[in-house]
Amino acid sequence: MSRFQQLAEFERPLAAGYELLPFHFTALDDDNYVATNVAGEFVVLTRPDLEAFSSQSLPHTSALYDELKSKHFLIDSDSDVAIDLLALKLRTKLAPLANFTGLHMFVATLRCEHSCPYCQVSRANDDRTEFDMSEATALKALDLVFRSPNPAIKVEFQGGEPLLNFPLVRFVVEEAKRRNEAERRNLAFVIATNLAVIDDEILDFCRTHAILISTSLDGPADLHNKNRPRPGHDSHARAVAGIHACRSALGRDQVAALMTTTAGSLGRVREIIDEYVSLDFDGIFLRPLSPYGFAMKTKFYRGYDQARWLDFYFEGLDYIIDLNLSGFWFIEHYAALILRKMLTPFQPGYVDLISPAGIGIGAIAYNYDGDVYASDESRMLAEMGDKTFCLGNVHTHSFEDIFLGDALLGPLEASFAGSAPMCSWCAFEPYCGADPVFHHATQADFVGKKPLSAYCNRNMAIFRGLIQRMRSNPDVRAVFERWANLG
Amino acid sequence: MIALSAAQLSFNTPGADAPRQTIFLSDNPGRPMPLRQREGFLVRDGEVPEGFGWYLLHGEATAVAARLANQRVVLLPPELDYLGDGDVVRLNPERTALRVLYRRSSPHNHFLLTERCNNYCLMCSQPPRNVNDGWIIDEVIEALPLIDRDTVELGITGGEPTLLGERFFDLVRSAKSFLPDTALHVLTNGRLFVNPVQAETLGKINHPDLMLGIPVYSDLAHVHDYVVQADGAYDETIRGILNLKRERQKVEIRVVLHKQTYARLPQLAEFIARNLLFADHVALMGLELMGFARANLEELWIDPVDYREELTAAVNILSRARMNVSLYNLQHCLLDRSLWPFARRSISDWKQEYMPECDGCELRTQCAGFFASAKYRYSDRITPLDGSGWPVRNQKAGG
Repeated sequence: MSRFQQLAEFERPLAAGYELLPFHFTALDDDNYVATNVAGEFVVLTRPDLEAFSSQSLPHTSALYDELKSKHFLIDSDSDVAIDLLALKLRTKLAPLANFTGLHMFVATLRCEHSCPYCQVSRANDDRTEFDMSEATALKALDLVFRSPNPAIKVEFQGGEPLLNFPLVRFVVEEAKRRNEAERRNLAFVIATNLAVIDDEILDFCRTHAILISTSLDGPADLHNKNRPRPGHDSHARAVAGIHACRSALGRDQVAALMTTTAGSLGRVREIIDEYVSLDFDGIFLRPLSPYGFAMKTKFYRGYDQARWLDFYFEGLDYIIDLNLSGFWFIEHYAALILRKMLTPFQPGYVDLISPAGIGIGAIAYNYDGDVYASDESRMLAEMGDKTFCLGNVHTHSFEDIFLGDALLGPLEASFAGSAPMCSWCAFEPYCGADPVFHHATQADFVGKKPLSAYCNRNMAIFRGLIQRMRSNPDVRAVFERWANLG
Repeated sequence: MIALSAAQLSFNTPGADAPRQTIFLSDNPGRPMPLRQREGFLVRDGEVPEGFGWYLLHGEATAVAARLANQRVVLLPPELDYLGDGDVVRLNPERTALRVLYRRSSPHNHFLLTERCNNYCLMCSQPPRNVNDGWIIDEVIEALPLIDRDTVELGITGGEPTLLGERFFDLVRSAKSFLPDTALHVLTNGRLFVNPVQAETLGKINHPDLMLGIPVYSDLAHVHDYVVQADGAYDETIRGILNLKRERQKVEIRVVLHKQTYARLPQLAEFIARNLLFADHVALMGLELMGFARANLEELWIDPVDYREELTAAVNILSRARMNVSLYNLQHCLLDRSLWPFARRSISDWKQEYMPECDGCELRTQCAGFFASAKYRYSDRITPLDGSGWPVRNQKAGG
């Protein structure tokens, strides 16, 4: 046996101590802390353990030492490849930034035949064509779209109800595809529609051009119709009929639905989820209201407080987890986005939960009148009279004016979570994002005071909730790993 | 188990001494005349076409041998009966020996390039020897043009093949040139690719279907270094993998399962999924009781049933991360049923066997079976299974 050395021989260098790699920590609950490294790997540990680790006195014989070494929180004189791997993981997360703007939203019209009180866009009556985007404006916007270096370009039609200006939608799709014959981008289209006015001609067109449909579905008929009034009080029936029609015409996976939580939704999260299950969706995105547009004017945004929304969210999340544990595959998409950051080397490009912020460099909105906004929320803010995030106009400004101007770079730089007060030392920073539009809207500041920030409080509660759930039950962790790897 | 070499054969080499030679074997009496001089003819039914460089006869064909008095002849022992058309052998007349280099009918052809290695793994099935064996790769490179171009895969093993330096790259170039449609699977510890130039050299060859199988035994450097008995090996191997992937080479991560590695299998799986997600394949492999594995049996042996929980967790972590995972050398009856879809029939045909306990098992044709060497130690919980995968009821005990 003397030919072989014992394990103890190879452990000898460990006794010389260890160096800390960059990490942050935050309390998880009364007894435990979460520590995260720059790549978003996390370790849950007690306060005494945290103190021992951070004072470099954790014995190398402890199980926690192995975990911290394996997850790249420390290096000892035995091995320093952790630094290469950390760098690689960080690069993997940030690499998509170099692609620049991928999502380009066209506000085809502000007109809408719904009159939802929570609407985040101030709608216009559906007979006033001055709120329609013109072809001349669309052509100028397309010039900007193709200036983006992103190899994958997604054009999303927004409103109002964009199908009320279907000729413009058709014009943009055909023109974009014509240009793409030379551009060779991975070009995709989405129409965000309430489906109330969809017809066979539109479906034919969507099928021909492989256009995805994104619609609104708030839950069971009574809730949906209360949230989304329209002449005839048949919004739900039309949405459901539209979903079925789109699926037969375009394919099951070509239709997505989004819900918005109102005061009327609270207490009904299971019914809302059941509605999605029975309509054969693979998941649901449990979304709170945003403080913009009509939602503010009508006081809908104040209809419930953060704590009630979180109760709603977690009740729904737990119900969905139980569905999965009993063998039924169903996803909560917001959790899945965060879990992708927690459990994989990747960072999803979701514009509301990324840092640097997704405004402008992740997504951009071309309003019906040619004004260019840093995000969909930015133009909602503008409809309320605040044009802070208006980056220019397609008719009068160049690509450089719009994408390299102070109106965009200022808030991007100011809000960067890696250097923002309280964010930069928060353990959850690798999972979180920067939302200068939200903080400007609520606190008149791109950064905002985080203890007063509903964005911060909501996301912190969700980060903690997800970690607690996967920690307390390995089967939940398994479900979460599957969600995380959907991307 | 079948024999891949034979010595003390009966060679007949009239005239000048016959050189050592790598030859293509044929049983086709219609082979083009210009090729015959450098080929061997397998005499089957007494027909002896003229012009072949060698004639290979089965031992009892003495009547034919008499007719070949003026030809170079090798009399084959019964264990080489399987030799067939398209096989490639190395003849050493001086030592009256023959080695089978390539069998066209087998999916498991591999070449050992060197016995030298810069690791000294506790469980090495092919213990390294510090010998000057540079002649081996010359022979292999000589054999490549003789190998059937429809061959699906060739394995390259050692020792550590990359220790051959430029000659190793010559081999890859040669394989690309003569066997462009053949997958090349190289077992290496990857350490030398810590030098980016080495990885770049390989990348530039641009072999169309090359996979490097590289062992990673732990998420902890010191444990891996202990298993491979080489301080610093882990960092070199991991950096080697990163350099290879930067050069867009395919990398397979190989984990041998034994007493020193099983406990942290779930952590290793998490580490791989988080850090090496770009690996093209992960193979988790039962221990082969050859070489050092037998010498270190007590340090290494653990019944696969006793690491079932860790293995199941590890496979699930990798599979949920959408990695391509395989289990090698593990018997179906020892695995959690959920892992059967990952279990491959991995053991080379020439050393694959079953145990007496397998009698009556209806899943033998799906099961990996055993290495021939498993006779030294195997699980005492081998159980025959019926067609739907449940244990066959023991008639006596069942009463």
